Amino acid sequence: MDCSHVFEFQVKRLIVVFTLFLAFFSASGVLAQTDSTHISEEAHRETIKKKFDIGKFALHHIADSHSWHVIGDTYISLPVILYTRNGFVNFSSSDFHHDDEGVVIVERKGLRFVKVHEKIYYASETANEHGQYVDLDEKHHAINARPIDVSLTKNACTLLISIVVILAVFLNVANGYKKRKGMSPKGLQSWMEPIILFVRDDIAKPNLGHKYERFMPYLLTVFFFIWFNNMLGLVPFLPGGANLTGNIAVTLVLATATFCITVFNGNKYYWKHIFMPNVPWWMYIVMVPVELFGIFTKPIALMIRLFANITAGHILVLSLICLVFVFDSLYIAPVSVAFAVFIGAIELLVAFIQAFIFTILSALFIGMAIEEHH
Amino acid sequence: MELLVPEIGLVILQTIAFLLLMFLLAKFAWKPVLAAIKEREQSIDEALNKAELAKQEMTRLTAQNEELIKQARLERDLILKEAKSLKDSIVHEAKTQAHTEGAKLIEKAKIEIENQKKAALVELKNQVSSLSLDIAERVLRNQLQDKAAQQALVTTLLKDVELN
Repeated sequence: MDCSHVFEFQVKRLIVVFTLFLAFFSASGVLAQTDSTHISEEAHRETIKKKFDIGKFALHHIADSHSWHVIGDTYISLPVILYTRNGFVNFSSSDFHHDDEGVVIVERKGLRFVKVHEKIYYASETANEHGQYVDLDEKHHAINARPIDVSLTKNACTLLISIVVILAVFLNVANGYKKRKGMSPKGLQSWMEPIILFVRDDIAKPNLGHKYERFMPYLLTVFFFIWFNNMLGLVPFLPGGANLTGNIAVTLVLATATFCITVFNGNKYYWKHIFMPNVPWWMYIVMVPVELFGIFTKPIALMIRLFANITAGHILVLSLICLVFVFDSLYIAPVSVAFAVFIGAIELLVAFIQAFIFTILSALFIGMAIEEHH
Repeated sequence: MELLVPEIGLVILQTIAFLLLMFLLAKFAWKPVLAAIKEREQSIDEALNKAELAKQEMTRLTAQNEELIKQARLERDLILKEAKSLKDSIVHEAKTQAHTEGAKLIEKAKIEIENQKKAALVELKNQVSSLSLDIAERVLRNQLQDKAAQQALVTTLLKDVELN
């Protein structure tokens, strides 16, 4: 299969992502300066008003959240579930009264919690000069201890929604095969069959050889999970909009799955290639650590690639929309909307391509581990 | 950067959810779907193979039929030829037979005619003899009725006869 165009596209994306990241770093630098010079709350708020911080806005939107923004000032408060020193604790995130700076304390089971930047911490005994019950380091990050937060956050809800959607779609498809046994596909089934066949014939078979069938459930699941969630993330309103596949925790789990499958299915040739490669023995000093390192870099690359691409896409679209606020002019709207539509179209393609790349590279890594040498 | 630090809670949720999803899909979607696709592909392959075989069979049959027709034609020609020669021989035989039969009949007729002719000749001879006798008798009788004339005749005859 010819992937050169995909990788060429990747390079272009990397350039875009790199430029954007540079832009954010410089923007946050400016913010830090303003933060340190203006101490009073009023002045701070004025600065925010005067200078719309596109970086902070975009990063806030792509991060996970304990409430789901619907429209205007309407939010859905999602349940908070914590595993604390005193066992499980749960309450509604509305108990924080939209506070995200650690000012409002919620007390449950004798423990006090505050929320700072959508993360829940054990509250400090006393408030600092801003009325925040957290200790901050020099970069204004909270350093308090944290309970294990298994809340139904925006991403967790999206995860559940996507699972329901995926199950609904594919149980329907499977039902179609049961109903029209041996006949040509119909409806949803005929939409999904070419993609299932694409995964089987163009991803699994060329990389895994005749043993492909064992890994089909994983490859299909991971492909459709990433693809559906990528697309769900592109929907700007309620059931979508979360940045699930652009969340490092999610990509970490997916990459770990590939890693585990690779390691547990690796045959003797694979391990021999790592621990006893066909080189003079004194080369082992270099080769073995490099090969061992390679076992881990492959899934880490998978994790970072998916995370960075999807996050970059979200940031890109948000930034283009935010041009209106940056220039503080409505006349810029046609330009930013036109660009956002263009990038949105590309993002639809990227949604598929990233799912494809993750799956084909997983298949490739598994294929390398199970390859038979004759 | 905060974005690069995975949230342990979401890692736990994602692991559980993904494993659950994979289990459910593997059991209730991928297994039947892949099996059905494979089965269908096999049936299509089989059908194509069968069609190919049928085509081959068809060409074989056509060839066979042509061969049969050719043979039949040859046979027909042969039969016609045989029939013709048979007819010819029969006609020929009939002709020769008729010929010989005719010749025989003619021969017979000739003999008969000869016989008849002979018989007729015998009869004729007989009749001629009896007739001539009859005539002679009658002439004689007539002649002998006139004594004077007889006398005269005898006289003349005697006159002619000179005693030498």
